[in-house]
Amino acid sequence: MRGAFRQADREALITLGLYVFFFVWWTVFAFVLGAGDPEEYSYVFGLPAWFFYSCVLGYPVMTLILWIVVRRFFADIPLDEAKKQNDDEEKKA
Amino acid sequence: MNVALVPLVGYLLLTLLLAIWAQRQAGKGAGRSFIEEYFIGGRTMGGFVLAMTIIASYTSASSFVGGPGVAYKLGLGWVLLAMIQVPTTFLTLGVLGKRFAILGRRIHAVTITDFLYARYRSDAIVILCSLAVLVFFAASMVAQFIGGARVFQAVTGYPYEVGLALFGVTVVVYTAVGGFRAVAVTDALQGVVMLIASVVILFAVVRAGGGMEQCIQTLKGIDPGLITPSGAGGSIPAPMLFSFWILVGLGILGLPQTTQRCFGYRDSRSMHDAMIMGTLIIGFLLLFMHLSGVLGRAVMPGLTSGDLIIPSLILELLPPFWAGVFVAGPLAAIMSTVDTMLLLVSASIIKDLYVRYRLGNDESKISARKIGRMSFICTLVVGVLVFLASFDPPDLLVWINLFAFGGLEAVFLWPIVLGMYWKSANATGALCSMAAGVVAFVLLSVFHVPLGGVHAIVPTCVISLIAFWLGNRLGNPVPAEVTKLFWED
Repeated sequence: MRGAFRQADREALITLGLYVFFFVWWTVFAFVLGAGDPEEYSYVFGLPAWFFYSCVLGYPVMTLILWIVVRRFFADIPLDEAKKQNDDEEKKA
Repeated sequence: MNVALVPLVGYLLLTLLLAIWAQRQAGKGAGRSFIEEYFIGGRTMGGFVLAMTIIASYTSASSFVGGPGVAYKLGLGWVLLAMIQVPTTFLTLGVLGKRFAILGRRIHAVTITDFLYARYRSDAIVILCSLAVLVFFAASMVAQFIGGARVFQAVTGYPYEVGLALFGVTVVVYTAVGGFRAVAVTDALQGVVMLIASVVILFAVVRAGGGMEQCIQTLKGIDPGLITPSGAGGSIPAPMLFSFWILVGLGILGLPQTTQRCFGYRDSRSMHDAMIMGTLIIGFLLLFMHLSGVLGRAVMPGLTSGDLIIPSLILELLPPFWAGVFVAGPLAAIMSTVDTMLLLVSASIIKDLYVRYRLGNDESKISARKIGRMSFICTLVVGVLVFLASFDPPDLLVWINLFAFGGLEAVFLWPIVLGMYWKSANATGALCSMAAGVVAFVLLSVFHVPLGGVHAIVPTCVISLIAFWLGNRLGNPVPAEVTKLFWED
């Protein structure tokens, strides 16, 4: 169990980093490509390009990145306390 | 007999059977306390069920009926707004997941209130949390039931009361009988039904509108604003859009119905898988349902109320039998939210109030059989009360529901987050934060305080954070045993 909380906190920070990434992706595509006159929009698969990149492509890309990051940086830490500690607690309870 | 009713009744029976099966599984997890079994399923959820249950308890009538309804009126900008909710699963699990899972086992927590009591050691916090859960969840459940019964009425043509009785009884019975396992397993089934329904509905709309390109051009012809990020007539100003990054973004860390799931999974691997799967699935659902609402405008431009768009699309575009199958989508979204809230209200009454205050927080003082019967009856009674209230909804509940989502965040967000990540956070700070948060949120919303388009939740979070900090300076330092319990591995 040593260091489990430190690892958990590290993962929480990584998660916030990913959250910021999604926020930036969503904002940049929506407001850079989506600004201006709808008459001059370009289209991808019939959808306005801003919408396609921000909303249609955004979440699969996010899933892919999550898959890589979670598999690489998230650790398989045990969630149950060491057996002994558990027994002690149950005696107390 | 209406042919749409056949698959619907079949679906309801299926959820009941699944719940009974899940409940049988519970017997195999011997050695756990009854409460940990009934209210958190013995902490055995795997990745797929975990992802699905978070998504299903989070997505409700508003994602399946209300949200697409607004998208119908305002266009693609509202889909953009809905997509802010994509990180729901990975944010909840990634930020709270592992600490919650470890601490939940350490302190035997089954509710968020358990967790907050262990952290702050304050009875006032328990009372406030329980009250918030009871009031806000009751109002939300009634609102969900009303939404579900209306969809049922629109699609089958049977009276409101028939629909309410059918799925109301189903959800109350399976939740009371099967507890958390039934809720989690039916959530997974309901999540799958939602997914399939969303694909079929979107596909039907695109086809009816003559293909995606044609649909979008038709919309542009109706109002070019419909295909811009700021919505028809600029109705989604940027301050409002970005406020939703708090309301349905970071703020979801304060929603007990989703965060409680972090106590219930089996191992790290389940959590990792759920983060990945959950993001893909919820993104898919949100996109498909809301986009259907927008494109529906190109197919049925003349609806008086946007809320009718999804039922109308199901009814108009699908053959009657299949309409019955796919109206199960919105009903699944509704039932899977109600079951979770119902069980949490029951957990709040039994675990947070009865066991804590009548039994000195020691459930072994009475037999497992007795506590089992009490939990069952409690869930059943709460369910029946909510069900009866939905026949003729009291104005007060409908009114409270308007504040339920933001109100829960105002109460729970900072006490949860700071309780976990700020060692000096104490009970006085948490109490001040809860009180200030809920008062600020209700006042700002009721009096429509002009905030330049910013949603009331944003100033609420700032106010409750400041209140936490100020209260914290007055309170007593955190006892050494709490620090040890929460920070020492």
